[in-house]
Amino acid sequence: MQNIQSKSRRDFLKSASAASGGLILGFSWLGTQAFGAKVIDPSAVAHEFNAYLSISPDGKITIYSPNPEIGQGIKTAFPLIVAEELDVDFDQVTVLQANLSDKYDRQLTGGSGAIRHSWDRLREAGATARELMKEAAAQKWNTSSANLTTAKGMVISPDGKKLSYGDLVETAKGLNTPTNVKLKDPKDFKLIGGWHKGVDNPKVLKGERLFGIDLKKEGMFNAQIQRPPAFGLKLKSFDASEALKMPGIVEVVSFDNKVAIVGNSTWEIMQARKKVKIDWEKDKDLESSEDHDRIFKTYLDKPDNGEVRRKDGDIEKAFAEAAKVVTADYQCPFLPHSPMEPMNFFAHVKENGTIELAGPTQTPGRAVASISKLLDVPADKISVELTKMGGGFGRRLDDGYAVEAAHLSSIIKKPVKVTWTKEDDISGGYYRPAVRYRFRAALDKDGNITGFHLKGVGLNAGNCTRQDNFPAGAIDNLLVESVNYESPITTGPWRAPITNFLAYAEQAFLDEVAEAAKKDPVQLRLELFERAKNNPVGEISYDIDRFVETIKLAAEKASWGKKKNISQGFSAYFSHNSYVAQVAEVKKVKGQPVLSKVIAATDCGIVINQSGAQNQIYGAITDGLGHAMFGKLSFKNGEPEQKNYDSYRIIRMNEIPEIEAHFVNNGKSPTGLGEPAIPPTGGAIANAFAAATGKRLYSQPFNLEDDQVESYL
Amino acid sequence: MAMTSLKINGKVYETDVDPQTPLLWYLREHADLVGTKYGCGIAQCGACTVHMNGNPIRSCIMPISSVANAEITTIEGLSENGDHPVQQAWDELDVPQCGYCQAGQMMTAAALLKENKKPSEEEIETAMSPHICRCGTYHRIKKAVKLAGEKM
Repeated sequence: MQNIQSKSRRDFLKSASAASGGLILGFSWLGTQAFGAKVIDPSAVAHEFNAYLSISPDGKITIYSPNPEIGQGIKTAFPLIVAEELDVDFDQVTVLQANLSDKYDRQLTGGSGAIRHSWDRLREAGATARELMKEAAAQKWNTSSANLTTAKGMVISPDGKKLSYGDLVETAKGLNTPTNVKLKDPKDFKLIGGWHKGVDNPKVLKGERLFGIDLKKEGMFNAQIQRPPAFGLKLKSFDASEALKMPGIVEVVSFDNKVAIVGNSTWEIMQARKKVKIDWEKDKDLESSEDHDRIFKTYLDKPDNGEVRRKDGDIEKAFAEAAKVVTADYQCPFLPHSPMEPMNFFAHVKENGTIELAGPTQTPGRAVASISKLLDVPADKISVELTKMGGGFGRRLDDGYAVEAAHLSSIIKKPVKVTWTKEDDISGGYYRPAVRYRFRAALDKDGNITGFHLKGVGLNAGNCTRQDNFPAGAIDNLLVESVNYESPITTGPWRAPITNFLAYAEQAFLDEVAEAAKKDPVQLRLELFERAKNNPVGEISYDIDRFVETIKLAAEKASWGKKKNISQGFSAYFSHNSYVAQVAEVKKVKGQPVLSKVIAATDCGIVINQSGAQNQIYGAITDGLGHAMFGKLSFKNGEPEQKNYDSYRIIRMNEIPEIEAHFVNNGKSPTGLGEPAIPPTGGAIANAFAAATGKRLYSQPFNLEDDQVESYL
Repeated sequence: MAMTSLKINGKVYETDVDPQTPLLWYLREHADLVGTKYGCGIAQCGACTVHMNGNPIRSCIMPISSVANAEITTIEGLSENGDHPVQQAWDELDVPQCGYCQAGQMMTAAALLKENKKPSEEEIETAMSPHICRCGTYHRIKKAVKLAGEKM
């Protein structure tokens, strides 16, 4: 049976699954050719369509979550959206992590983009299934589906008859899939906006096998890899004769300037690894952090070496005519991501020409593409099983550790899981780049900002500015320049790339400008937004009304400027399509300033899951605070000076302030929340410290900047 | 080959692996109990915490030879059905984000509450601060410890 229907951009497919006897609804996002609903065998479902949900005759509902779960709650939020439109209770639903399939679009975790990207698609998937159930019931009851309603996995007739979705599966199989279905009115949402627990909680809390590092495959070997200990070194030679005599060691091989020790157990491998004698030789410059400090200052001092990212008006004239000029430099160090679960990946390059991959990755598609190219195996012969990730923060956007595992498997011709030690992980590169910013502001005699100049220099940071972000649009004369310094030290995206340090620098500088202009920092921002709204200068990348509303909510919730014996610091930033404003509060305890509270207001549109959203705000502020206070990765001759949690300091429970999370309730389509609360945090706490002590914090980590900071938390 | 006898979650394991093998790796790769996590390997993060005779220890630096014959409890043995008051509280308050550190956190919390069902804020911080949660779920952990104490 085949029934080709007229084409809408998103097509559904339903399939009678021989295996379960149930109904599988597939969904094609990609097709632009005509393609309709048809009944095909289940194996074709995986091949041609992505399965979003299945309904079995006993009423069991399974929803597949395509995007990798990294702790951001996507595996709970995505199915929640489908379940909302499907009209089932969330506890009726089993959520399964889908493996990589080229039929899911944007199957990655990064950029806080998943919810924003998939919101409409997920709703349509759920609503289409709901309407199909109504059609099936209408046929059984010989009525029109327009007369029917749904609730809790049941179709209900006007006279109160009920049929469960499971009972309707058989009938539904013979029907055409409805198109152009109506989505729920948000005011009728029953699940979205509620407080829902993570779907993986039961497994996490019992310690079940869940993460990549827990994987155990048939015939699998373990491996560790010794990579060059410093950036700029390459492999000269190695001698593994001692290591090979150690118990449990199978092979020691080298590739790509690395030496891999393959064996049975991780502990045996760790012991043997110490016995491998390796000679490294210099390949590139071996840089130290003091080199970077010097280079940064030189680059900022030198005129005309930056790439102009934005230029409005006449900056020279503005500064020449200024009544007052404020200028300050801000610097941030490298940071490793250091997720709790170190990098690991399983790969089996098989004799039959296929490759089996499994592990924690934010970008499974990229890993497949790279491995396909490296080993000359077609991408459709490579499968990826997505595991839960023990954090990522951007680290698992890199595909290097997956490629490495596949490369090793291809050499040793065995299934192998490569596990990194924490030291391997922290010294393994892909860092948040180190940067230094120089800000200048020209003020007229009334304290209005007439000129604004930002020049940033970053190390392998690309464009280290966000030139169209606030205050661009609100200032007549503005120049934004970026310089990139190329280094052997590798960098990559780190939770809220660029903005995680740019926002601190900018928000701390605006606070200093407000002080110089003798204006309240919130009032200064509101005046600038007013200006941008009434008389915008050039392109504006943010929504002024939403930004202002978020700022006002934070100020209101914190009783900004009205509290006695409390010093407050303000910060607000737009990133990843969400707006977050924060007020940090400082109390004096025994004469010392102590950060007591951070109050955050967020506009991320509709909140899908209150619990998950609140957790993201709390976690991101804690993350932003901890790294601004303590995060430092420095280099000596190309080698990181911090390699594990004994020297690389992470914030702990006794150091956290109270946090309040408030959300703007505007009913707008949801945007991301994995990152946006990080950028404003550094600025809020630096500004609160300045309010309490009169001292400004110009470089991170703050604990090395000022002795008083050590007692700040 | 020297044999080591281990008692884990009430079950006896006789093994001939290197007696210097840290308990963490024995649990994960020999006993196939993967709930105990490798985080740092140097007793700085607490992800590998298990109980030895009821007290929390860092299994990553504890050779199996020095825990022979002791009663070892891992997250898998904390309760029969995952319903220890600490597990219930962690679920109720939806503590985990990535979840990787939480087994270690819960083992320390369970040991604390066994001795002191109503710990003060400061006592909770003292017990829990050796643990790192990179996602920053500390606020909920703190609340969950209190809630679990009420359930005990």
